[in-house]
This record gives sequence, C-alpha cells and structure tokens, in this order.
Amino acid sequence: MATFQIHVNGQLRQVEADPDTPTLWVLRDQLNLVGTKYGCGIAQCGACTIHLEGTAMRSCSLPISVIGDSKITTIEGLSETASHPLQQAWREHDVPQCGYCQAGQIMNAAALLSENPSPSDVEIDAAMRGNLCRCGTYNRIKAAIKTASQLS
Amino acid sequence: MTKIRTQHNRRSFLKISAAAGGGLVLGFSWMVSCTPAEKEIKRVIPSEWFDVNAFLKVAANGMVTIMSPNPEIGQNVKTSMPMVVAEELDVDWKDVIVKQAPLNTQLFTRQVAGGSQSIRKGWQGLRMAGATAKQMLINAAAKQWQVDPSTCKAAKGLITNTNGDELSYGAVAATAAEMEAPAEVTLKDPKDFTLIGTDIRNVDIEPIITGQPLFGLDFRRKSMAYACVLRPPAFGEELVDFDDTAAKAVTGVQQVLRFDNKIAVLANSTWAAMKGKNALKANWKASGKLENTADHDKELTQLLSTPMKEPLRKDGNVKKAFAEADKVITKVYEAPFLPHNCLEPMNFFANVTDEVIELVGPIQTPEWTRGRIAKLLERPEDQISIQMTRMGGGFGRRLYGDFVLEAAEISSLAKQPVQVVFSREDDMTAGTYRPASKYQFRAAVKDGKMIGYHLTGAGINMRNATRENNFPAGAVPNYLIESHNLESNITTGAWRAPITNFLAFAEQSFFDEVAAEIEVDPVQFRLDLFDQAKSNPVGEVDYDIDKFKGVIQLAAEKSGWGRPRPGVYLGFSAYYSHNTYVAEVAEVIMEQGSPTIKKMICAVDCGIVVNPIAAINQVEGGIVDGIGHAMYGDFAFEKGRPQRSNFDRYRLIRMPEAPKVDVHFVKSYNDPTGLGEPTLPPAGGALANAWAAASGQRLYRQPFATQKQMLG
Repeated sequence: MATFQIHVNGQLRQVEADPDTPTLWVLRDQLNLVGTKYGCGIAQCGACTIHLEGTAMRSCSLPISVIGDSKITTIEGLSETASHPLQQAWREHDVPQCGYCQAGQIMNAAALLSENPSPSDVEIDAAMRGNLCRCGTYNRIKAAIKTASQLS
Repeated sequence: MTKIRTQHNRRSFLKISAAAGGGLVLGFSWMVSCTPAEKEIKRVIPSEWFDVNAFLKVAANGMVTIMSPNPEIGQNVKTSMPMVVAEELDVDWKDVIVKQAPLNTQLFTRQVAGGSQSIRKGWQGLRMAGATAKQMLINAAAKQWQVDPSTCKAAKGLITNTNGDELSYGAVAATAAEMEAPAEVTLKDPKDFTLIGTDIRNVDIEPIITGQPLFGLDFRRKSMAYACVLRPPAFGEELVDFDDTAAKAVTGVQQVLRFDNKIAVLANSTWAAMKGKNALKANWKASGKLENTADHDKELTQLLSTPMKEPLRKDGNVKKAFAEADKVITKVYEAPFLPHNCLEPMNFFANVTDEVIELVGPIQTPEWTRGRIAKLLERPEDQISIQMTRMGGGFGRRLYGDFVLEAAEISSLAKQPVQVVFSREDDMTAGTYRPASKYQFRAAVKDGKMIGYHLTGAGINMRNATRENNFPAGAVPNYLIESHNLESNITTGAWRAPITNFLAFAEQSFFDEVAAEIEVDPVQFRLDLFDQAKSNPVGEVDYDIDKFKGVIQLAAEKSGWGRPRPGVYLGFSAYYSHNTYVAEVAEVIMEQGSPTIKKMICAVDCGIVVNPIAAINQVEGGIVDGIGHAMYGDFAFEKGRPQRSNFDRYRLIRMPEAPKVDVHFVKSYNDPTGLGEPTLPPAGGALANAWAAASGQRLYRQPFATQKQMLG
C-alpha cells in the first residue's frame, strides 16, 4: 500500500492503494465517484473514460501510481451545473437507452470537441470507435456530438 | 371513451387490477432520491404525500409521484409506464416525479422485463390506476363543493365544476386518499390523449449524464465486502481443491470461501477481490462431457435430416407436393452461440441476516428470483426484499438470477453484506448463451408457386427452435415444421428475441432465394403469399394479414423499392414477433470490394406509440444490435471452455459500422405492443438480401464478416 495525492475534479484527494490499482477502482471504490464505469478492464469499451490533463484516457488501464500531478476530470466534474454542451445535447437528443456507457461516451466526446470543435462524421467515427454502446445508440451519440459542436 | 369496471371496493380492486389501493408505505429508491432531477430542484420536494393508490401519491402542492413497477433495462419503461398513468390521471408531466417500485407482488403484477411485454400487459392496469385516482380526486372535490361528481371535470391537475369553482389535485389529495375507489371509471378515448404520443425525455437522463449512482454496481453499503467468484473454467468441470495462500496475501482480501463448485474472494475493494480471485490456484476435473463446437456442428447437421415423430405442424400433403414439384430448393443456415455482453457486468448486493434478506441490483425477474432465493436459503419469501436498480443492459441475461443466488449464498456464509461483481471475463465465460442452431428450409415450386414448405430446426437446449404458426403458415397448402433438440451442459437461455433473432434471418434469406427462383420481386412474393393466406387460408395462424401487409407496403414505399439507384443495393425483410409487425429494407453499397450497410429503412406497427422519441431509439437499437451480431457475433467452445472472454477478441458493432436508421410507425389507435425486441429479427435478413443483391454472394452462416474473404 502506498499513499497518493491526486487531483480530481479540482480537489486534492489522498488515497491509500497498491500502486498497480487502476484509477477506475480508486475513483469508484475509494472516492465514491461511481459515474466512471467498469466495462471490460482492458481498455476496449471506453465505459471508464476520464480526462487526464484534458486527454481522454481509459481509467481501467491507468495505474494510480502513474497519475502524479496530472489533473483528473471525471463525468461528475465535467461541468458544475450539468450544462456542458454535450450534456445539453444529450438531453435534447434523449440519447441513452440503458445509459451505462453514456458517461464514457460523453467524456470521450468532450475530449474530441476540445481538440476539434467541429468534427466531421468521419472524424467523430474515428474518435468514438473505442466506445462501445451495447444498446446501439451510436446514431444519437453522433447527432448529439454535432449538436454540441454547434452549441459550444 | 371506455367505461371500465374497477371493483366494488378498494380491497378487491387492489387484488384484481394491479392498480392497488392506498394506505401503504411506498418503496423509496435511494438512487433517485439522492439525485433529484432538474425539475425537482426547482420545486421543493414535499415531505408529506397522500397515497391515492399503489401507483401514485399526491402532495398538497400538486406534485405527483408515480411508481414505475417494472425493471428498467434500457427499454425505457421507467418513463413510458408512468406516462400511461399520468395520461389518465391528467396531470402535467412537469409535476410528476418517477420512482422505481421495489418488488411487491401484493401491489403489482408481472414485474418483469422480458418478452417486450411491459407496456402491452401493463397498459390496462396503468390506465386504470391513473383513471381511478383521477376519479377519486374529482369525488373529493365534489364532496367539498357538495355537488354531484358528474358535474365536475379534471384536466392538467385541476378540478372544475359547472359553478366555475376550481380545486387543484393537491388541495384535495388528503381527502381523496381516504375515499373509496370508484366501482367504475372512464378511460380516455385514445384520440384524446395529450401526453401519450408526445416526446418525453428519459426520467433518468440527469443522473445518467452527470454520473450519479444509478446502476447495481453503483450501490454501496457500509461494511459491505466486494466479492469476486472463481467458477469452473469449462462447462462439465468441477472443483477438486484449491490453494488460496497467494489470494489471501493480496492487500484488502478479507476472506476466501468455497461454495458449491465455486470459490468466492471477499475484499474491501473490487480491485482487491479481482486480484485475489486471479491469485487462486484451483484444480478442476471433468465431471461431465466437455463439449466442442465442432461436434455440435456435426450433431446438429445430423438432426436436420432426421424426421420428427410428431411434427410441430403439418398441413396438406408435403411428400406429394415435393414429389410433384418442378423444382425443389434446399438451403441450410447456421448460427453460433452468443453471449449477451450487457455493458454492466452481472452483479448483485445481498445482505442476509437472521431476520431479513435484502437484495439490491439489476434483475429482469425479481419475483422468480425471490422464490429461488427462498428455496436456496430455506427462508420464507416475506423476509426477502428486492430493490431493482437501473440495469446496464439486459438482453435476456438478467432473466437468470444466478448472480443473485451467488450473492445471497456468499452473504449468508460470510455473515456480512456483499456485492458480487463479475469481471468482463466472468460475464462472458459464465453466461447463459443464445444457443447455437441450424435450420434446413425446403421449398417445392410448381408453376411459379411455392406449393410446399418444409422447415427443420435443430438447436442446443431448444425444445422448439421454430415458430410453427408464424408466417408463412396459412399461406402454403403443404406445410411441415419439425424441430430437434440437442442437449448440452452449456447453459443457454433467452437472448433478445429468442429463436427469431436467427430464425428470421434464415427464413427471410430463404424467401429471397425462392422469389429469385420463380422470378418474382421479393416484396411481391410476400404479398402474393398473404393474398393466398387471406383467400384460401390453411389452418391456424398467429399473425394478422392486413397489419403484416401494411408494414411491408410502408417499408417498400419509404425505401423507394422498385426504383433502382446506381450503386445502391436493397434487401427486404419482414417479421412478426412480440405482437409487433416490422418490415425493413437495408441499403448496401460496395465499399473496397465488400458489401457495406449504410442505412436501414424500417416500418413498424406496434399500435399506439406511447413515447415516440424513445420508441425510435428502441427501433434503432434493435436494428443496430441485429446488424452487429449478424456481422460479427461469434462464440465457440472447445472442451467445454468458451474461446473468447473479452472485447479484444469478441467483436461488437462500433460507431463507424452502425447504419443510419429511418423509422416509420403505422398510425394506429390499437393498444400498444412491444418494441424492445421486434426490430431485431428482420435486420439480419434485410442485410443478407441486400448483400446478395450487391455481390451475388448468399450468406448462410453468421457472422457475415468472416465470410467476406470469400468474395473475389
């Protein structure tokens, strides 16, 4: 066990964990930030997507020991009032079915939009390819990303 | 308007209609209560509520809490079922708070997510609950005004009388809660619906998009242990012994315990439990047959040529028809096993004490599960409570409460609350799979007509691999349906649109080949069969000819069927399942030498569409799921061991591969039918037929993607 000081959603948090513990489980089980989801544990589904210094990362495959001073943002910290353009667009398009993958989809899309504010269909496909939606809401996710790109 | 008898008093009404009477403490969902939706933030949530009946309670400020009885797996019933109550209650949707009801078989009936039946079977009870409450509120107002209730009306939460007086629902809620339920209530004429048929957003949209606790895996309890379970690596193996030294050395592991044929590792975090489980060294031995997919293939093929002693259906003289045919067409279609792959892996919370058994988590069948837990632990059912969380997908996997039984057993042995968590690998390798199956279709063609039809199905653990009374039953004079079962120790079960998820592809592909053989347009081929079924029906059928033709004609019209466009290849498919009629047209283009689906045009007759924005989502999801599994779904066993265990080697459809979907509902005032499943079955056939139109290659096996290399 080791002690880590990590920056999560603008706060400095201290956690005790084995260095190999994936950041996902520190967030979920220790910090009770359960918006970040477990789907596969091997960075294949994107349900656990968080931002590390603004870049989308799969927290299931990111050991807590490599975080260092890098700032983590989770879905809970994406916006203060649930007003991120993607959150607005998700409401407008009523995107979710079961909803389980959606936080990861939103976090991945948020990183895309911060790099590329007006992505084309092909660019959205390429950026979102790593995020599975078992319910098949892909068309709505894509439409909502396009709406959000116009809102922001 | 429909007059409908409720019952003479509240107590019997409670029993019969599932729209039960009041005075009870309603279940309260911790998950929603800690994440008030946006509209709730704007208004103070009242602390005092008046129970009008089991489905709803009203506060003095006019807000209404509506209980959603059925489990939510993504089919959106948590929004659409309360909408039906709110429609008849005639309350403004912005004044409605929705809560998930716990399992309560005294108050609710059929608290199941399965068979696409929640709305269809709940429809009458939900309407009655709303209408009864509305009448009780009216009666309370009439009493206060000392007028006859028939002179009063209610709309949008406001009661009025002919004198121009007004009272809100909130103002009379306390009185109404004490009143007798009326013996008879009036249901609205569907043409007068104001809420049903409008786009209502998912009631859980806020917690979903802000990451608030909502799902089973999000449930937390102080002193709860996380438990991961090591199960036999192969079907047909059992545990001999194990060494848990390394597992117990993992930081955070609390205890290791054996139960049945399994070993549970309890820890203070999910990660520690997973690590501990992976550190177990277990020895297994064969206790049954260790089965191989290659052997299943051979055995199923043999069964296809075995006559059934008592066919499932036999019309006319099939032998004679085939003997007299100008041409006999025979085709065989093959389906692999499929795991469900809900994105939220199986999990459940259990707290088994001497007094109570508390169960919380994602389950499609809480009532059945409660009975199984009672039997397992030898405890009375009234000690058991089940709270249903929102589910990260179901697809049939969560019909089977094996994971609930594990949680309860572990909690009982460990004497502490536990949350059982499946890793993705556990989830994919300890499944209840869609069984592998094969179908042989034979058609006897004479004088340009299909005069004989013979289907033989063979499936693993499938008592009946067919739908013998479905189309084209009734349309072909000589008709024979047979089915064979191959027993296996691999656990199999319902997978979204059981049986038809593959049977429809096979049948609709076969129809196309028969149509091509007799040189008739595939849509016309189907319409001609319906005309035959109408003018000269043969035996009983399960479907409505006019509704079926209706969706076929609508899909043909909307897809521009019969008006060729260069470079675009169309494939047609239509199927009736779960009481809903669906026709689909796939648009395929050739891309880098391969047929690629770009769009699906879909026509649906599901009666009244309760919530269009969500209904379209279901239609799209069913099609994307159907295309995804037809293209990529593949799962095999060697010596009883699943050959794939995670998404690196098991391919699910991803965004770039998803077709656009163009949805058209038949305008209808018929009672609503299911939507969670019926758009999936026709999808594979539409794609296969468009694929053949584009490339000339017919597909007989899923997944299609593995057959691409066969193209020149």
